[in-house]
Parts: sequence; C-alpha cells; structure tokens
Amino acid sequence: MSPVSDSYGKKGLVSARHRVTMAKLALETSDWIRVDPWESEQDTWTETVKVLRHHYNEALRAFQSKKEFTRNKHPTESSTGNSLSCQQPVLPELKLLCGADFLQTFKTPNLWKEEDIEEIVGKFGLVCISRVGSDPSQFIQESDLLSKFQHNIFLVREWIQNEVSATQIRSALCRGLSVKYLIPDSVIAYIAQHNIYTAESERRNEGHLLQPLRLQNTTINPLRD
Amino acid sequence: MRNRIPVILLACGSFNPITNMHMRLFELARDHLHQTGRYQVIEGIMSPVSDSYGKKGLVSARHRVTMAKLALETSDWIRVDPWESEQDTWTETVKVLRHHYNEALRAFQSKKEFTRNKHPTESSTGNSLSCQQPVLPELKLLCGADFLQTFKTPNLWKEEDIEEIVGKFGLVCISRVGSDPSQFIQESDLLSKFQHNIFLTTVSWDGDKLLCVQNGEKEGRGWTQWIEGDEMHLEIRVCGVTCKQVFKKVQ
Repeated sequence: MSPVSDSYGKKGLVSARHRVTMAKLALETSDWIRVDPWESEQDTWTETVKVLRHHYNEALRAFQSKKEFTRNKHPTESSTGNSLSCQQPVLPELKLLCGADFLQTFKTPNLWKEEDIEEIVGKFGLVCISRVGSDPSQFIQESDLLSKFQHNIFLVREWIQNEVSATQIRSALCRGLSVKYLIPDSVIAYIAQHNIYTAESERRNEGHLLQPLRLQNTTINPLRD
Repeated sequence: MRNRIPVILLACGSFNPITNMHMRLFELARDHLHQTGRYQVIEGIMSPVSDSYGKKGLVSARHRVTMAKLALETSDWIRVDPWESEQDTWTETVKVLRHHYNEALRAFQSKKEFTRNKHPTESSTGNSLSCQQPVLPELKLLCGADFLQTFKTPNLWKEEDIEEIVGKFGLVCISRVGSDPSQFIQESDLLSKFQHNIFLTTVSWDGDKLLCVQNGEKEGRGWTQWIEGDEMHLEIRVCGVTCKQVFKKVQ
C-alpha cells in the first residue's frame, strides 16, 4: 500500500504521517500486506509509473540477494536446479492494484502520457477490482492501447455490494456519527486521539489543482474529487 | 434540559454468522435516536434465534452466540443475549420483546429501590440532583427494511402481535440507500396507525449534499447538509416548514 505524498494536493488530504500510521494500524493483522512510505516521503508527487519502477527495483534487488544466497549455500548444484533443496527463485512480477475508477482516468485528456500507460499495463500489469454493476471490460475493448495488453489486465469482481468510501467516512466523522465496523477500531481510536478529520482538514487544498494536472501546461478543467 | 427517554434496542435474527452490517444497524440506530434529541440509547441487545427455527444452513446456536460475543468484544453498549437461543422451540418475536422488556423493568425497579433506600428522606418527586428518578426505559425492535416487508406475508404474523410490536414497543428500521420502506408503511393500515412509533432513517448522497429523510412521528421530516467554502449549510424540514441555518467557522 503506497500512500500518496502530501504534494498531491487533493482536497481534504491530511498529512502523510497520519495516513501512513493509520494504514499500519489497519494492516496490523495482515500477514502479507504492508504499507510502504517511500512515495509519501518524496518532496513532490511521484507519477504512478515511477512508483511501480521503484518497487520493482526493490523487489529485483531482494530477488538477486536471495539468488546469491541460494547459490552460495549450494555451490555444487547446477543452475537448472532440479533438487528440492535448491529451488531457483522465480522472478516476481509487480502489478498495479486499482479500482475501475482508476482505469477510467486513462481516458482523461492530458492526464496520462501514452508511454506511461504502455509501461504500466504492458510491462507491469493491472489488477482491477470492479463493483457490481460496472463493467470495465467494455472500456478496455474501446481502447486500442488497453485491448493490446488485455492479457495483462486482470478484472476481478467485488461481490459485496456495500462500499465504504473514505469521503463518506470523513464526512461522518466531522458530524460526530459512528463509523464503527466500517473502519478498524485501531484507526478510529487513532483518529479520535489526534483529532485528524475536522471541517478544517476537509478544506485543505480547496480550489487547488491536483499535482498531476498542474504538471500539464494546457488549461484543463479541474477534476471533481 | 428535559430528560431523554432511555432506549434499549433489540435485534432478532439468525446471525449466521454475525457481520459488520448487523453491528452497523445498532450504530446507525443509536446515532439517529440521539439526533432526535428525545432519546438516550442505553443498551443494545442481539438475540440470535434458536436452532429450532429450522432455517437452511443454520449452524448451532452455541457457535452463533459465541461468534457474536467475539464480534461485540469491543463494543461498550451492545451485548448478545442467549435467552432466545436457549429456548426449546422457536420464540415469536413479540415474546422475545416481552421477555427483554420484563428484564429491563426488573432492573429498573431494583435501581429505583436502591435509589429510594439511599435517600429515604427525599420526596418521590426528587428534585435533588443527587437523587435522579430513573426514567422508565423503552424497548424497541431494531430491524432492516426486509423485516418490515415480512409483515405483508400472509399468515406469517398475527395482527395483534404486529400491533404490540409497533404500538407498545416500537420499531427502528434501518434501510439502505435506494430502498423506501416508508411507502410500505403508508400502504399498511396497521403500520401507518403506529407510524409515530416507527422510526425510519434513510440517508443518501444527493450529489455533494447529504440528505436525510426521517419517517416517524412528524410528516416530511428530514434535513440536508452541505459545505460551501467556510460555511456549513443545514436545512431542516418538518411538517412542510423549512428552516435553514448557515454555520460559519469559529474564528
């Protein structure tokens, strides 16, 4: 889980420090998902493709040292390694996990560079979770670029109808309504303890353009977030 | 400040297993009742049905009760009550309500006794702050809109039971965005007679505005809330009258 840096400029975005901590608390009971603060610690907003490249390089580095370690442990094994005690580690693939709304942003004019989409979908791959009722496969077919790489786009259907949106949670918190059982108790306690979501925090970045839109030189209508 | 009426919420169901949505019913109901200004929710009771209910896929009550206990560990006001699950035969909803109401009454009586014994010289009108007369609690059935719909299944309910559930106790019905139980209530003579005691809350997003429709004692009750820059706009409606207030940020 890679929380965006504060410089993204989204309305209501609270400090990365808090967002990373809350994610850590929420993921305490997961044995395979973790938060990585690298992106949030960058001075400026980092393009998605660059975040992918960073984490892929990290994974590659880990993979190389594991391979080194294995080879050092069993120097007499051939590199085709049929022995069970010396399994050649397989190169991992890094895929971007997203919702269908993210996929839709590919068609926003001037938001994405075509070569970035190609790299994200072609080199890495996308796992796109969609909600009941929406059908991103049609959107993929309509796009030459995306249909070229559809073997690398995995569409997964979320079968539970109730979605919890962070916007609604923030709104409920500002109005003193209960969000128990919608987000983890540890996160609720943290929010209360540090008084994170208030009417004031919601006004942050109001009227500002999102950083990725600011990078473009053409005048564009700001996205409604 | 006028004393709020203490309310106990009771939810009956299979809880097979208990889910976050079940627990959300309680949280939503409590927020709603508190916002009316008239009620103070003091307790939530979850009552898993007994095994003899015979529903397909129903696992043993022992497991269902234990899972509910685990789920409610972090709640300081909702608890599981195994009474209904321990009965030999299926217990009609109205009887479960009566049972829990009698229990609440018993607790209320002993609390009143205790208070009176502590301050024997206080008059029973008790104006003293140190001797507050406890107010008789109300027990309300907490349910979803689908439960309300079951009232129209032929031969499922006895009319006098619906009267007692809705008239004597009261219903707090949580519906999801998109469904509209209020229409169903209007269509039923019996239910509309007691609609003052059926509290429905429907909250939905109307663009950027939060829209709440409250169906209960008063006609056309609800509010809409939205933010404009430094201001929060609140429009409250009841009985065809609209009040609007704009809240400015405190400097």
